[in-house]
Amino acid sequence: MCPAMIEIEGLSFSYPDGQRALSDISLRVEAGERVALVGPNGAGKSTLLLHLNGILRAADGAIRVAGVALTDRTLGQIRAMVGLVFQNPDDQLFSPRVFEDVAFGPLHMGLPEDEVRARVERALTAVGMSTYADRMSYHLSLGEKKRIALATVLSMNPRVLALDEPSSGLDPRARRSLIRLLQGLDGQTLLIASHDMRLVRELCPRMVILDGGAIVADGPTETLIEDSALLEQHGLERG
Amino acid sequence: MYRSFERYQPGQSPLHRADPRVKVVVTFALIGGIALTPTHAWPAYPALWTLVAGLAALARFSAWRMARLGAVALPFMLAALPLLITVPGPAWTLGGGIAISQAGLARFVAILLKSWLSVQVALLLTMTTSFADLVWALGSLRVPGTLVALIAFMVRYSTTLGEEAERLLRARAARSAHAEGRPAGGTLFWRARVAGGMVGNLFLRSYERSERVYAAMLARGYAGEMRRLTPPPLSWRAALAGAVPLLWLGIVELAAMLWWQ
Repeated sequence: MCPAMIEIEGLSFSYPDGQRALSDISLRVEAGERVALVGPNGAGKSTLLLHLNGILRAADGAIRVAGVALTDRTLGQIRAMVGLVFQNPDDQLFSPRVFEDVAFGPLHMGLPEDEVRARVERALTAVGMSTYADRMSYHLSLGEKKRIALATVLSMNPRVLALDEPSSGLDPRARRSLIRLLQGLDGQTLLIASHDMRLVRELCPRMVILDGGAIVADGPTETLIEDSALLEQHGLERG
Repeated sequence: MYRSFERYQPGQSPLHRADPRVKVVVTFALIGGIALTPTHAWPAYPALWTLVAGLAALARFSAWRMARLGAVALPFMLAALPLLITVPGPAWTLGGGIAISQAGLARFVAILLKSWLSVQVALLLTMTTSFADLVWALGSLRVPGTLVALIAFMVRYSTTLGEEAERLLRARAARSAHAEGRPAGGTLFWRARVAGGMVGNLFLRSYERSERVYAAMLARGYAGEMRRLTPPPLSWRAALAGAVPLLWLGIVELAAMLWWQ
């Protein structure tokens, strides 16, 4: 059997203050799948995403990305495969200029400079921001920042895109254009942590509900989203 | 909306378009040269000022405006005031037993002029060069990467921090009401506690943000070393353009040291 794009087995994690964030998470996501991670605040969605490229390391459990087990030795390889987009673009866009932010990933992957420049151009074109390379990121609107934040990981050509609350704080127009942009991505495996059930419905055929650090439901979005009792029980709305 | 402390004023003047690396080197050379001017070389100061005014004209700023902006250095002159009475040598006696040393006065005036000129030179750099270009130039000139990264993060997040502070102040103002017939606010101690709480709050937010930014850097492959693209080679024209003010500075300093002292 060919390996899944993401395999998580028995993952448990507690923060240093003892607060339990993830309990025995097991999840398998196939290549090209689009999966939504939903759940109330504090359910462990962001914590789970941070595990996918080794920012947080659990004491128990195992993670494999495209068949590669996450260890100290494979950390660089895994980080090149999993593009993580943080909820607040101000955390993601730390360079003075948009170009430098988008080039950061490819440069730190050790790619030749011509390739870095070509990737920056491709990534900015993919998010419709090719004229923004010389702009300063802190002068941009939230919608523009979110697009650039996506470009900062697209330039790494990741096989998995893990997005944390991609639509939070966006006005309807910026949100719509972000959804269109994500729909247009081809081939990449998408993992989206979100409260935005309309976005989930439009983008992700599969939905995983997390609550209290554990997976409480996993199935087709269209089926789970109709189960009002289940959604209400876990602090969600149909949207 | 919070305004960052960036002084850049976009424009298309020759000074705006000049290579940022040349501008940084010339600025540091000018400030160093001005500082090394011998105290008593009085003709050197107007000669240096013509250089500053000439550069200002190249940037399409009026010399008068730069002169006024340069006055921001004046309050710091208070620190040099003791020179007037502490430098030994011939002195003018004022009433009340105060004697102003002649050599001290000369040094005080020289420091005043030097600071005023240096501030104008630094302002010309920051008003014609964007922050991103400045950071890029420092990195390209082999300034240690950690130092450049620190400067870049500080300026990048000063805007974000400023906006957070502004939101906190607005939230305090929105709740700073007072009931009819009763005095507004509490005691000085209470107000100090509120202000202290806000500063602590901002510190914690910045600390948490720094952890998130570091996580974002790690997620994109950062392993302890800031990498950058190789800067393009400096063109002959850019280097020659930078040589002109340096030549002028050299002539003035030579004359100051040989004849004007």
